[in-house]
Amino acid sequence: MENNKILHSMSAIFTSPDDIMKAAKEIVKAGYTKFDIHTPYPVHGMDGAMKLKRSPLGYFAFALGAVGAMLALLLMWSTMVESYPNNIGGKPLFPLPAFIPVTFEVTVLLASVATVVSMIVIFFRFPNNSHPLHDTPYMKKVSSDKYGAVIESDDPNFDFDNVKEFFTGLGAETVEPIYFDNDELNVKHNIFEPKFITGLTIIAITVSALTYFTLNKLIFMEPFNWMMTQQKLSAQSPSNFFKDGFSMREPVSGTVAKNNMPYLYSDSVDLAEQVMVNPLDVDDKNLNVGKVKYNTYCSPCHDYNGNGQARLNGQFPNPPSLHTDKVRNWKDGRIFHIITVGQNTMPAYAQQLSDEERWQIITYIRALQRAMNATEEDMK
Amino acid sequence: MSNAQDLILYEKKAIPSKIPLIGLALLAIGGGLAGYGFSTDSIRASYSLIIVFMTLFSVGFGALFLVALEYIVNADWSVPFRRITEILAGVLFIVPLVAIPLLINLDEIFTWLNPELVNADKYVKGKTPYLNESFFMIRNIAIFVIMIIFYFLLAGRSFKQDVTKNPKSRKTSAKLSAIFMPLFAISITVVAMDWLMSLEPKWFSTIFGVYYFAGSVLATLSVLTFVVISLKDNGYLSKYINEDHYYNLGGLMFAFTNFWAYIAFSQFLLIWYANIPDETLWYVDRGDGGWFIMSIALIFIRFGIPYLALVTRPSKSNPFRLKIISVWVFLAHIFDLYWVIMPEYTKRTGAEGPVFGLTELSVPLLIVGVLMLVIGLMSKNKNLMTVGDPKFKSSLEFHL
Repeated sequence: MENNKILHSMSAIFTSPDDIMKAAKEIVKAGYTKFDIHTPYPVHGMDGAMKLKRSPLGYFAFALGAVGAMLALLLMWSTMVESYPNNIGGKPLFPLPAFIPVTFEVTVLLASVATVVSMIVIFFRFPNNSHPLHDTPYMKKVSSDKYGAVIESDDPNFDFDNVKEFFTGLGAETVEPIYFDNDELNVKHNIFEPKFITGLTIIAITVSALTYFTLNKLIFMEPFNWMMTQQKLSAQSPSNFFKDGFSMREPVSGTVAKNNMPYLYSDSVDLAEQVMVNPLDVDDKNLNVGKVKYNTYCSPCHDYNGNGQARLNGQFPNPPSLHTDKVRNWKDGRIFHIITVGQNTMPAYAQQLSDEERWQIITYIRALQRAMNATEEDMK
Repeated sequence: MSNAQDLILYEKKAIPSKIPLIGLALLAIGGGLAGYGFSTDSIRASYSLIIVFMTLFSVGFGALFLVALEYIVNADWSVPFRRITEILAGVLFIVPLVAIPLLINLDEIFTWLNPELVNADKYVKGKTPYLNESFFMIRNIAIFVIMIIFYFLLAGRSFKQDVTKNPKSRKTSAKLSAIFMPLFAISITVVAMDWLMSLEPKWFSTIFGVYYFAGSVLATLSVLTFVVISLKDNGYLSKYINEDHYYNLGGLMFAFTNFWAYIAFSQFLLIWYANIPDETLWYVDRGDGGWFIMSIALIFIRFGIPYLALVTRPSKSNPFRLKIISVWVFLAHIFDLYWVIMPEYTKRTGAEGPVFGLTELSVPLLIVGVLMLVIGLMSKNKNLMTVGDPKFKSSLEFHL
C-alpha cells in the first residue's frame, strides 16, 4: 500500500530545544539543503543554526511600498493639481508636507498587502492550500511539546536509509517517513474552473447592479424617498398657484429691510456730497471701530496710514494717497459715496460695511489726515 | 558553556589611562577655543556652550533613562551593556559644571531677561510667571539635584550589586525606576523648553520636549553603541557579547531615528499647515538665507542617511558598520542642536545664514573630551559589566 505513495520527506522528533539546535547544525554540516525545522515556539538562534538565507519577502514589500508612495503622490497630484486646482489656505497646489501623511499611509498599506499576497501566491503557491506535513502525527507533536526536523526527498543528498540512520544517530525520539496524501495530490482546485469564474462574475454584476439601483433609483421612489415631495412650495421651483408661475414672491413694493436703508444717491456723487453729513460724534468708540474696520478693509490697498503704498502694492494699481489736498477738501458725503458704490478699480463696500461703519471709517480717515498734516496748533 | 574554561564570563580589565588623558587634552583645546570665543563674542560663545551643555545632558539623562527602562520592563538584552550606560550617566556630574558659565551669563543669553523686549511684546510678557530668572534657577537646580539623586539610586545600587550579588536589588531598582520615569519626562521637557525653546521666547510648541527626548535617546544609544563595540573589540568586555547583542542596539537606534523623524515632522506639519505667525516664526528663522540649506540637510543627516544605513538586518548587527553609523548619529544630534540653537544667535546679530568658526569648533572637542574623561574616570576600579546581576549569565546567552 505504502509503496504506491510518493515520499515527501523523512521526519524526526526531538525532545529538547538543545537537541533540535544541535540537530539543525548537524543537518547543515551534513550538506542537506532542503530541510526544515518545526518547533512549538520560536527558538532563539535557530536562524543562525539553520544558516537560513535572507527572506526575499522584503524586496516585494519594498517594491510595492515604492509603488504605493508613487500611486499616492500621483493620485493627489491628479486630483489636486490637474482636476481640481483650488487655492486652499494660500498653500501651493502641490503642498508636499500636507501630502506626506497620505503618502506614508498608502506606502504602508501597499507594502503590507504586498507582503501577504506575495506570501500566499508565490511562497504558498496559491491556490494550493495543503502540505503533506498537515494532519500528520509529526505536526501534532511539534505543535504541542516536541521539536521536529524534516529532510525532504528532493534534496540531492537524500537517501532513505542514510537519512533514517542519520536522524537516529542524532538522538531522535522517533524517525518516520512522510508521504504525500494521494487524495491531496490529485485534488483539483476548482478556483480556476469556468463555472466558478462565471458564478463569481454573475454575483459581481448582480451586486453592482443592485447597488446602482438602490442608490440611484430606489431611494427616489415612493415611499423610500420619505419626505422628499411635500405640499409646500419650494424655492426656485415653478408653481401654478400664482399667476406669474413663480413660487417665490417679491416683497411688497416700498418695503425696506431692517438696518438696510437703500442708498439714494448712487447716480450722483455731487448730490451725495452736498446732502449727506456725518451723523456721528468724534469719540473714542467711533474712532476705534473706524480704525479696526479701516485696517481690515481699507489698509490692504490704502495702507495703515493712508498713503497708498500698501501690502498689495504691485498687484493692483496703487490708489492715490488720502492725504492730498483734493481728498482732504472733499466733504464726508463724497467719501461715503465712494465707499458705498466704489470708484475706478475700487469696488463697492456696501455689502461689507454698514452705514454706521462707513461713517466711522470716515471719522478715522479724517483723524489720519489731520495726523499726517498736523499744524503747530495741533501740537499744543 | 559546559567546560570550565568557558565559565569565565568576564575578566576585569582596566581601561588604559590614556583615555582620560586624551579627554583632558581635548578639553584643554576645546576650553581654550571656548575661552577665546568668550573673549571675542560672549553671546556666540554662550550659544555654542548651550550646544555642549544640551548634548552632554542628552547623553547623561538618556543613559539614566535607558537604565531605568531596563529595570521597568525587566529586559534581558541590555544587561551586558548596563554598566557602560551607568558609566555614561556619570556625565551628569559634569553637566552642572558646564551650566555654571551659562548661568552666570544668563542675562546675555536669554532675551526674555531683557525688560525692554519683554514689555514690547505682550506674548512674552504673558509668559513672565514662568520665564523669570528666579523660577528658572529654582527649577533647573531642582532638576540637577533629581538627576544626581537618581544617579546614586539607580547606578550606585548597581555598582554595589557587583559585590553583594544581591538578586533582590533589581526589584527595588524597578520600583525606583517607576518613580524616576515621570520625573524624567517632566525634567527633560522643562530643560528642552528652558534652554532651547525659550531662546525664542515668543515661540512655543507643545511637542518640543518629545523632540528633544527623541534626539537624546538617539545620542545616548549612539555613544553607548560606539563605546561598547570599541571596548568589546579590544577585549575589555565579555567575549560572549556577539552580533545578536549588537542587533538590539542597532534596532533601537533605527526605531528612534524613525521616532525622531515622526516627531520632527509632526511638529513641522501642524505649524506649517496652521500658518499662524506666532508659530511659524521659528521655522521662518530656519528657512531664511543659508539656514534653508541647513534645514534640508538636517532631514537627510538626521533621518534619511541613518534610515538607509540601518534599514537592513546585517547593518544592525555588523560591529564595524554600527560603529560608523553611531558616530554619524551622534554628530547628527550635535548638528540638530546647532540647528535649533544657532539661528537664534544669527537672528540677534542679523547675520545672513549659519556661522561656523573656532568658537563652534570647540563644541565637538568639549563634548568628546568630557565623554572620554568621564568614561576613563568613572570606570576606574569598576567592573565594565554587571557581574552581580542575576540576569547576567542568561543575558550573555541571548540569541535572536
